[in-house]
Amino acid sequence: MSFLSRQSNYWKRIDYFHLFCWGASIATVLLFALIICEIISKAAPAIQEFGWHFLTGSEWRPNRDIYGVFPMIIGTAASSFIALFLALPLGVSVSLFLSENFLPATPRHFFRMMIEMLAATPSVVYGLWGIFTVVPLVHHYGNMIARHSHSLPFLKGPAYGNSLLTASLVLSLMILPTIASLSRSALEAVPQSLREGAYALGATRWETILHVRIPYAAPGIIAAAILALGRAMGETMAVAMLIGNSQCFTLSLFSPSNTLSALLANQFAEADGLQISALMYVALILVILTLGTNFLGEIIRRHMQKITAEGH
Amino acid sequence: MTSPLASLPFSEPFADDVVCDQRFIEVSNFNFFYGKKQVLFDINLTIPARQVTAFIGPSGCGKSTLLRNLNRMNELLPGVSHSGTIAIHGISIFDPSIEVIALRRRIGMVFQKSNPFPKSIFENVVFPLRIMGKQSRSFLEETVERSLRAVALWDEVKDRLKESALGLSGGQMQRLCIARAIANQPEVLLMDEPCSALDPIATAKIEELIVELKKEFTIIIVTHSMQQASRISDLTAFFYLGKLIEFDQTQRIFTAPIQKKTEDYITGRFG
Repeated sequence: MSFLSRQSNYWKRIDYFHLFCWGASIATVLLFALIICEIISKAAPAIQEFGWHFLTGSEWRPNRDIYGVFPMIIGTAASSFIALFLALPLGVSVSLFLSENFLPATPRHFFRMMIEMLAATPSVVYGLWGIFTVVPLVHHYGNMIARHSHSLPFLKGPAYGNSLLTASLVLSLMILPTIASLSRSALEAVPQSLREGAYALGATRWETILHVRIPYAAPGIIAAAILALGRAMGETMAVAMLIGNSQCFTLSLFSPSNTLSALLANQFAEADGLQISALMYVALILVILTLGTNFLGEIIRRHMQKITAEGH
Repeated sequence: MTSPLASLPFSEPFADDVVCDQRFIEVSNFNFFYGKKQVLFDINLTIPARQVTAFIGPSGCGKSTLLRNLNRMNELLPGVSHSGTIAIHGISIFDPSIEVIALRRRIGMVFQKSNPFPKSIFENVVFPLRIMGKQSRSFLEETVERSLRAVALWDEVKDRLKESALGLSGGQMQRLCIARAIANQPEVLLMDEPCSALDPIATAKIEELIVELKKEFTIIIVTHSMQQASRISDLTAFFYLGKLIEFDQTQRIFTAPIQKKTEDYITGRFG
């Protein structure tokens, strides 16, 4: 009997543990729901006041209570896509380099660690580095480029140091480790048997990478890209320090621009009345955008996985 | 850069050349090391063309290692070294002028676990041709049909060539891998325990296939199954602890082995 009672004690303990885990999970979800509710309720006056025009309006004038975030939405999309465009080829190349045996194991681990350190560097440090290094570069070379291509709206001058391009360049460095390390896991998950199979058929290392490893790892690489995009869209500090915080709509890479997150960071301290509500609306849009991006990424990844599995 | 293999008799028809046929692959004084650990000891072996040669022996005897040396797959592992030579058609495969890529294109390999690429059935078979830059649609289609017919898979999959190879059964996948290995018409087919993951019916099909394929290819098969070796091979090599103990006609090995070790192994006294 004592054996049985001990058994039941054991299960009781497990029950508490389960309860704790359940509680923690539910609390997390509830907390997120609460945050969203809070944002929506604070944003309600602005939503009632502006409705959809908030998204399409291109004027942001707190002193006259006119709020529109179209330039910031474009700025957010542009800066994060440019950053992704720059970081993706670089990140995938890095991940290939680190997952092949180009280097002996020890220096390879060293490289890997250094690249992962990029992810651990605080955002404000990137911002500071951007201000003192990237801003003067973009200012100098931007003006040179603009002078020779004044007909193109994307390269229109005058080039300011704090600009869309500066923010995108620094962002691309910030999302590089995400892409590199997630792609590396995806590439390393390619079964050794497939690599051997390709080598045994006379494929070179390059052909094995191109025809077997990258296609097999594609869903993982795409997931890496989307996660990085999400990170770039939400990134605040470095962008707020570099993008120039101009509420005017512009197409030029060399002009100051703004993103949703940088707008929030810059204006919250001095906001009151309807402006707070408008900023809450901005926060809501930002959350929806980043959630949507991650959701979309997941869908694309699953779809791709199915395609790879079916081999069309 | 053209391969020296391509310009030498290795890739030409050699049906009349009886001497060459008998001494198609020659392994001489071959030693092989993983790091400092020696796993093959002074192997001497002459394999004739268009016959099935079986490598048998207990696990860890070095039979797979020797097989993987014939197309230099072991070079993909870190810290390996060897001494002695392996010659095919009298040309050392370790000769610095031999391109390993070209060598592997002339020697097909089938692995223990089938490893189709996550591509369509069609793309799996034409993979070796694609990497050689062959584009012609009609040529690729011909090759697919010929290769799949050769492995008796054509009738089963001809209506779903565009579907993923991963939807096939285990036995079909392994036959697809054989079709892929012979698509580029290599001269040698290396098989590393090709049936060990298959059920008896699929195994019987592959065995039938091997007997059929030896008309065209020189086949070397590593197997754990002595029954399989006795059923399909013409010659059998018995390995033990990295040494070649006995190499002879399969019939002789299984009825009147000379070495005591061979007899003990084939009668199941150890292994």
